[in-house]
Amino acid sequence: MRRILKKLHWMDAVILLVVVALGGYIATRIGAELNYNWRWDKIPNYLYRYKASEDAWVPNLLMQGLFATIRITIYSSILALILGVILGVARVSENLTIRMLARTYLEFLRNVPPVVIIFIFFFFLSEQLISALNMERWARGIARSENNEIWSFLFGDMRRFPALISGVIVLALFESAFVGEIIRAGIQSVPKGQREAARSIGMSRGQELRYIVLPQALKKVIPPLANQFITLVKDSSLVSLISVPDLTFKTIELVASTRMIFEGWFTAAAFYFVICFGLSMLFRRLER
Amino acid sequence: MEAQEAMISVNNVDKFYGTFQALTDVSLTVQQGERVVICGPSGSGKSTLIRCFNGLEFHSSGSIRIDGIEVEEDSKDLRRLRQEVGMVFQQFNLFPHLTILENLTIGPMKVQKIGKSEAEARARKYLERVHIPEQADKYPGQLSGGQQQRVAIARSLCMETRIMLFDEPTSALDPEMINEVLDVMVELADTGITMVCVTHEMGFARKVADTMVFMESGKIVEVSPPEKFFTNPESERCRMFLNQILEH
Repeated sequence: MRRILKKLHWMDAVILLVVVALGGYIATRIGAELNYNWRWDKIPNYLYRYKASEDAWVPNLLMQGLFATIRITIYSSILALILGVILGVARVSENLTIRMLARTYLEFLRNVPPVVIIFIFFFFLSEQLISALNMERWARGIARSENNEIWSFLFGDMRRFPALISGVIVLALFESAFVGEIIRAGIQSVPKGQREAARSIGMSRGQELRYIVLPQALKKVIPPLANQFITLVKDSSLVSLISVPDLTFKTIELVASTRMIFEGWFTAAAFYFVICFGLSMLFRRLER
Repeated sequence: MEAQEAMISVNNVDKFYGTFQALTDVSLTVQQGERVVICGPSGSGKSTLIRCFNGLEFHSSGSIRIDGIEVEEDSKDLRRLRQEVGMVFQQFNLFPHLTILENLTIGPMKVQKIGKSEAEARARKYLERVHIPEQADKYPGQLSGGQQQRVAIARSLCMETRIMLFDEPTSALDPEMINEVLDVMVELADTGITMVCVTHEMGFARKVADTMVFMESGKIVEVSPPEKFFTNPESERCRMFLNQILEH
């Protein structure tokens, strides 16, 4: 700490002062001009609220949203990893058709805005799939049943299960393209000699991939995959557009009903920041 | 009466990379147990030729038969062929994510489907043969180049193939490690396995070769027994090459 202070120049002090002054000015202008009434004291109530009928503290909007975001992120990253490995392997396949299909999928995802992709996947895949599988009725059945603790621990409110699943699928499909590219790069970073050695002891292409190439490739792609995981946390806010009750969606609800625009969004931002920054610090430490 | 078929028979093989011709009308016969050393200047097609023997490359025309199996792209026999032919690479190509023992057992276990204990016993036997039984639990990165190459030889031996191909096995090694690898190869030559070595180690060649092959510009220029090859080669090219590498 001492050393950092020593490095500070008087110019740094001036810059800091200007930044603080500017921030303070904007804050007071908002107070004066918008007549904004800060109500930070209300926020904790939207994290946890006391439910008299159960005599317990239960998560309210913001925490529900946070938990949903965490669930969606975890499930979709697992699914994206599986799809991404398949896609990555397909990208380097010897079969031209498979390679071209993978390339088409990837280029589509890369060159269309995420929001558009999410709507397309949502309407054409998730929604159809969910009604086709009769998932709605099944989830409601579980929601009404007695022993649904495990279910609600894993998936939150079971009545919203179909929405959660659509969110997970849509996000995973979207992220799989990027995971796939990372995997492909990892596979191609394994020296050609490794494949030749595997082949020369009589391994089939499948064995070569499974025992020799993928283990080495996956080890190399852990750092970029970790970054992609953080990106996924942030991208998960996009699923609020298709009414998945994640943190962003819940914040919209909160803001709409209470007009606590800044408090609500600042809190949501803080949650996202803490998760993403915390993860990136964690990954940096693990890399060493 | 039909004569016993040669272990390796190469007939009029051409090999193109695009428009570049890497091999031109190459024919060669290797009998069972024969030890052949192929030499020649770099870019003469030596490596390409032996890489065609186990289907790492494929010839464009002509025919290659290894122990009765026709080498062809997309052939169902390719994996059977590769189980007959071991290969040792210039860059060792050990699997860095596996221990030495696992490097040696993965082929027998996954390809030949033998049990783990049997595969390990076999692996230890061949590690003994290349004189590094004590390194079994290390990873390739912890070994010296010479040790790694000996492990690579043991890995090929573990497949118990009838033919061993060596693609410049000592070229990537520091000088002080070359001998330990060559010693292992000399011992191997005495076991009666069919060997084809691409190498510039003429001392080794003199010691073990039954037949010397000299290649230049994708063609086989000379095939002769070592006594003749080293003392009185037929072609001028070959004489020049030998003078160059034997000079110092």
